[in-house]
Amino acid sequence: MLHTIVVYVENKPGVLSRVVSLFRRRAFNIDSLTVGRTEKPEVSRMTIVTDADEDQARRIVANVYKLVNVLLVDDVTHQPALLRDLALVKVAATQETRGQVLELATVFKARVLDIAADSITVEMTGGEEKVDRLLELLHPFGLLEVVRTGVVAMRRGAKSPSVMTKAKPVGVVDDGSVSYSV
Amino acid sequence: MSGSKASPKTSSRAAGKAAAGNEPMTGARILWECLEREGVKTVFGYPGGAILPAYDALRHSSIRHILVRHEQGATHMADGYARATGEVGVAVATSGPGATNMVTGIATAMMDSSPIVCITGQVGSKLLGSDAFQETDITGVTLPITKHNYLVTRADEIAHAVREAMYLAKSGRPGPVLIDITKDAQQSVCELDWEGAAPKMRGYRPDLSPANEEYQKALTLIRDAKRPLILAGHGILVSGAEAEVKAFAERTCIPVALTLLGLGTLPASHFLNLGMMGMHGEAWVNQTIQESDLLLAFGMRFDDRVTGTLKTYAPNAKKIHIDIDPAEINKNVKVDVALVGDLRKILLELLPRVESGNHTDWIENIRTLKGDTAVRDIQNLPDNGHLYAAHVINDLWHETRERDTIIVTDVGQHQMWEAQYYKHERSRSLITSGGLGTMGFALPAAIGAKVARPDANVWVVVGDGGFQMTMAELATIRQENLKVNIAIINNGYLGMVRQWQEFFYDRNYEATPLLNPDFARVGEAYGIRSIVVEKRADVVPTVRAAHAHEGAVLIDFKVEQEDTVYPMVAAGAALNEMIRRPKNPLVETAEDE
Repeated sequence: MLHTIVVYVENKPGVLSRVVSLFRRRAFNIDSLTVGRTEKPEVSRMTIVTDADEDQARRIVANVYKLVNVLLVDDVTHQPALLRDLALVKVAATQETRGQVLELATVFKARVLDIAADSITVEMTGGEEKVDRLLELLHPFGLLEVVRTGVVAMRRGAKSPSVMTKAKPVGVVDDGSVSYSV
Repeated sequence: MSGSKASPKTSSRAAGKAAAGNEPMTGARILWECLEREGVKTVFGYPGGAILPAYDALRHSSIRHILVRHEQGATHMADGYARATGEVGVAVATSGPGATNMVTGIATAMMDSSPIVCITGQVGSKLLGSDAFQETDITGVTLPITKHNYLVTRADEIAHAVREAMYLAKSGRPGPVLIDITKDAQQSVCELDWEGAAPKMRGYRPDLSPANEEYQKALTLIRDAKRPLILAGHGILVSGAEAEVKAFAERTCIPVALTLLGLGTLPASHFLNLGMMGMHGEAWVNQTIQESDLLLAFGMRFDDRVTGTLKTYAPNAKKIHIDIDPAEINKNVKVDVALVGDLRKILLELLPRVESGNHTDWIENIRTLKGDTAVRDIQNLPDNGHLYAAHVINDLWHETRERDTIIVTDVGQHQMWEAQYYKHERSRSLITSGGLGTMGFALPAAIGAKVARPDANVWVVVGDGGFQMTMAELATIRQENLKVNIAIINNGYLGMVRQWQEFFYDRNYEATPLLNPDFARVGEAYGIRSIVVEKRADVVPTVRAAHAHEGAVLIDFKVEQEDTVYPMVAAGAALNEMIRRPKNPLVETAEDE
């Protein structure tokens, strides 16, 4: 199944290649990977979607955590989390079909970015499945160009893992030391 | 703190900056200064253009530099140094080919969790990425085979990189760290801020420890086990947990099987020590694993060479895995309880809580499993005039056991015979490339071990194939006047490959027979006393002569050409399906030693 793993890393040169190289070397699959800045300039955040069973996912987390520049690894797959994918979709639209395309965009709450004589470009943000569904419905009109960012993820609720204090890998016991269980 | 090595030339300037506490110096001097303050006494290296500023600054340092003959040798020496002592070994090379020559040694250290720091020169920072002369992206190349690496482009980053690298190499699960320093970073000048360069790592947490529930689960499994077995690995040595493992085994009365890199962590003569497990382990040790109902894996990683096929591995056993690296848990073998953390600390936590055990039936059963092992042992075959490698190893063991001996082996048949017939009583008395299986490792690693422990009696046990991969380091031995004893187990074949061809490729000995040089004359050419031995009767006197000789000695043991390492678990076979040495009717009545 697909696992969504959030990785906080030090914002330093070469860190992305360390993470990607690890996935390659350990023969883990990357379905999508996004990386960007966070509220702290020294911390970058990645969201990695990977096809793995539970054991593999655990090993991925343990291996990613071992990278020296990695501050925190959080597998949010089984957590209440917000997952968003953004797609720019350029779809063929003649005078006859334009209305239908716009109607679909409205239903899906996709923003129309550009209308040309023979095409419409929309921006769709949402869960991966919703984006997939829109693309499926637009397919018969003729998809001219599609680009997707890959999923970004954030846990729901106020409590997000803190990377301001010491980074903690897997489970934290009361005395502040770090524990690990199977 | 003021710079402890203020040079006279700049002392007036240094005095002016006394308040700040530091005199400006080149990155090259900062490099040596920091290594010195980190406790480094010796480095193994080879100079070249991009590392020349560092070599030029070496005259200001008290660090001993040992000139090698190939950069691979430098990394194996640093590795041997580290394995002999537990301290970080340091290797130095130039950019490009110097750096790429280190790759094999770095990968070797990575697989066996050996703490080494490799320092490479790099082209000037303005030339990076331009395919300049001798430019290689060595941080890119070594990314998957280092614990971490650094590309340093400024002098003021050197101190931090060195301090962090030394800390990383040694802490947690040890491993190799590489620091690539551009030429201009070595040349430019800045102040050394020693305190400010202390490692501050937000992400790196080597100090994992298990939760109490996990201890409870482990204790319950240990209490309920009827046929428990400890699997003792390299982690015992790394963690320094030898005494705790012994105490644990004795209190619980649980027998111990060892991995290749675990040999020596429990004395071979200890009544609970069963010996080596795995592909060339004793058949009955493997049978014991298969019959066990609880495996306690202490600092080992269930490598395919010790498990055989995982489908049938220890089918009735619960497993408790103690390892410092959480990524090892459930990697090869699914375990029931994992205690992640430092082995010694965990055993100290467990020791007062385990009940004293008594597994008499189980230990009696193991004794039965031993069966006819003795009559199959080559040591008990009658002398047929041939010299067998096992004889050489056995006699070498007899002659060196009373001394503080370190055996450094290469990779192949001789390595397995050494593991089988040399009875290691002390931790760190065997140094060998386990995980990567690097031929050419032994000679340079032995040099590193001898430099680290000059009083130790260091013996290289090496095949004729592996020896030729790094024999240029004989010159290093000579130049540094090191008393290293070299036993070449010369069978004129790449023996282990030939053995696989014998068993699995219809005896098609493709590319395994070797036309060797006269090793004794090679040794003499390097100025090393060299002796040829062809008869068993000559083994002991020659070993004694080697001990008596002041300098290095090379012995060319011409052994039986087509001998085979028994027993053997074929790759992919079950651990208890072993190919055994054919019985010899003449020794049916032989007793174990």
